[in-house]
Amino acid sequence: MKRKIPLLITFTVGIILIISEFIPHKPFGQLSGELEIWFLIISGFAILLGQLSLFKVNIIKIRYKQHDWQFYIVTLASFVVMVALGFLWGTGRSAGLLGHGEVITNTLGYKPFDYLFNNIYQHLQATMFSLLAFFIASAAYRAFIGRTVESNLLLASAVLVMLGNTTFGSLLTGWLPESLNFLHLPKVSEFIMTFPTTAGQRAIMIGAGLGIIGSSLRIILGIERSYLGGE
Amino acid sequence: MKKTLIFLSIFFSYLLFSQEILFDIKDKPNDDGSALILSWDTSQVKSFKILIERKEPNGNFVVVTNSRETIGTFEDGTDVNPGIIYNYRLSTLDDNGKVLYIVRDTGESSAQWFNKNKISLLIIALLISLSIIYYIFSAKSGKDIYIRKIGGLESMDESVGRATEMGRPILFIPGTLDLDDMQTIAGLTLLRRLAQKAAEYDAKLIVPVCRSMVLSTAKEIVKEAFMKAGRPDAYDPDSVFYLTDDQFGYVAGVDGIIVREKPAANFFLGAFYAESLILAETGFSSGAIQTAGTAMPSQLPFFVVACDYTLIGEELFAASAYLSKDPHQLGSLKGQDFGKALFIIVLTVGIILEISGVHFLKDFLALH
Repeated sequence: MKRKIPLLITFTVGIILIISEFIPHKPFGQLSGELEIWFLIISGFAILLGQLSLFKVNIIKIRYKQHDWQFYIVTLASFVVMVALGFLWGTGRSAGLLGHGEVITNTLGYKPFDYLFNNIYQHLQATMFSLLAFFIASAAYRAFIGRTVESNLLLASAVLVMLGNTTFGSLLTGWLPESLNFLHLPKVSEFIMTFPTTAGQRAIMIGAGLGIIGSSLRIILGIERSYLGGE
Repeated sequence: MKKTLIFLSIFFSYLLFSQEILFDIKDKPNDDGSALILSWDTSQVKSFKILIERKEPNGNFVVVTNSRETIGTFEDGTDVNPGIIYNYRLSTLDDNGKVLYIVRDTGESSAQWFNKNKISLLIIALLISLSIIYYIFSAKSGKDIYIRKIGGLESMDESVGRATEMGRPILFIPGTLDLDDMQTIAGLTLLRRLAQKAAEYDAKLIVPVCRSMVLSTAKEIVKEAFMKAGRPDAYDPDSVFYLTDDQFGYVAGVDGIIVREKPAANFFLGAFYAESLILAETGFSSGAIQTAGTAMPSQLPFFVVACDYTLIGEELFAASAYLSKDPHQLGSLKGQDFGKALFIIVLTVGIILEISGVHFLKDFLALH
């Protein structure tokens, strides 16, 4: 029974949603949107579980003074401060329990929550994102080392695309006559991005699309039950 | 006689003017009856702009749209319900806002039971789905189904074994999207196999998640896997935990875990965005054996470069069936191959037809 009810719900909802894709008549036409709202509501409740998990895991680490336990205090303190500030004075145009906090807002220029969000959180976020630039460089170095035919091809096409997107690339082949315009580096770069790259990406997307159909049917028909914890 | 002449002149002038302004109201096809299409042609009369109003139940006319275009269409989808007759009037105005002509018309919307624009989608979806279902059930006959080897999945045992030997944990990341994404579900189906192996080998498993819904599902999956492996005592409920919903906050958390815990094996299976390379490169620098899988074409190159094994697109969705060796599930993979063959045929025929100047297939397949 523990398995049968979820499987029955999955089958019914799955079939109805597939049918509703082709039926605009009420109530089928609105079903997909309605279920998305249901999902959001359930997610809202599940957030509480997430916060409890966050607290529990961090408190255990602090309590047993695990390695680098001080960092977990920072996590919990940040969480409590942000939640408290949001509750007390609200965020954006929404008021908190103590209203809009005009005095603090006038001093800081923002509401306390927004102040911390804009001046600390967003910068931390940008820092993490910026790491990507360095990681791309190290990953590209490894990928472009010419060891096999494939990596040599990758190296050649990467050089062409990169050069084609710079002014130096335009300068290098700018002298070519009109009849050889197709060899102009920006044109070559555009060609690589428009045709071989797009074709490869679409092939992956078609394969993934078919995979999604296959997986969905396995789940709807109850053949795939791993997501329920069973075979 | 005089009266008759006056009547006829008024009548013919009315007919003349009404023919000069074309105002037509039609039901919007293939919808739930919540819209009407208003089209007009005032090119035969001189006017600055047109104004279209709809008569409300209280008798007042409310402006629906105004336009300076002499020929145009407008979709009225505001408070339109099927089965009700709506009265509209189109007024042509001069540049001082003076009404020159008024034309009235009525329209009634209706809801359709089938969206004809999606007939091509229905046919293709039916063909692929029926072939998958056919192969699933034909697999019952015990017919041997060949599935090519997928390196990333073959190496799963090796990764778990390595982690056990080194006494280091296994890190599993189910992507950064919620349970409504199929990639997350595909990742979670693999988590069950991995957790079972980890329980059998007595290896530590770490599953940080960034969605609360994924948290509860992943916890249940890992718990069941440990029970199935006969090691319910080894299950640590805190091995699956929530970090944050924020993309880069999550990356920072996972990177911290990789640097501190130094997992011997990392699994990145699910939907990823810009965080893919940050995670995979940090894992690479820690010396872990890495397996990634996603259907995000833009993130695949990053995983290919930084990971030892990468499940590309469909391989991620095939993983569960591949590992289970269940004939029913393997049969569905065969059905997907039929879908691929169908796409190859349609694409080839489509290219030939387009080159030949025949656009029938393209028009048929296009979703409007």
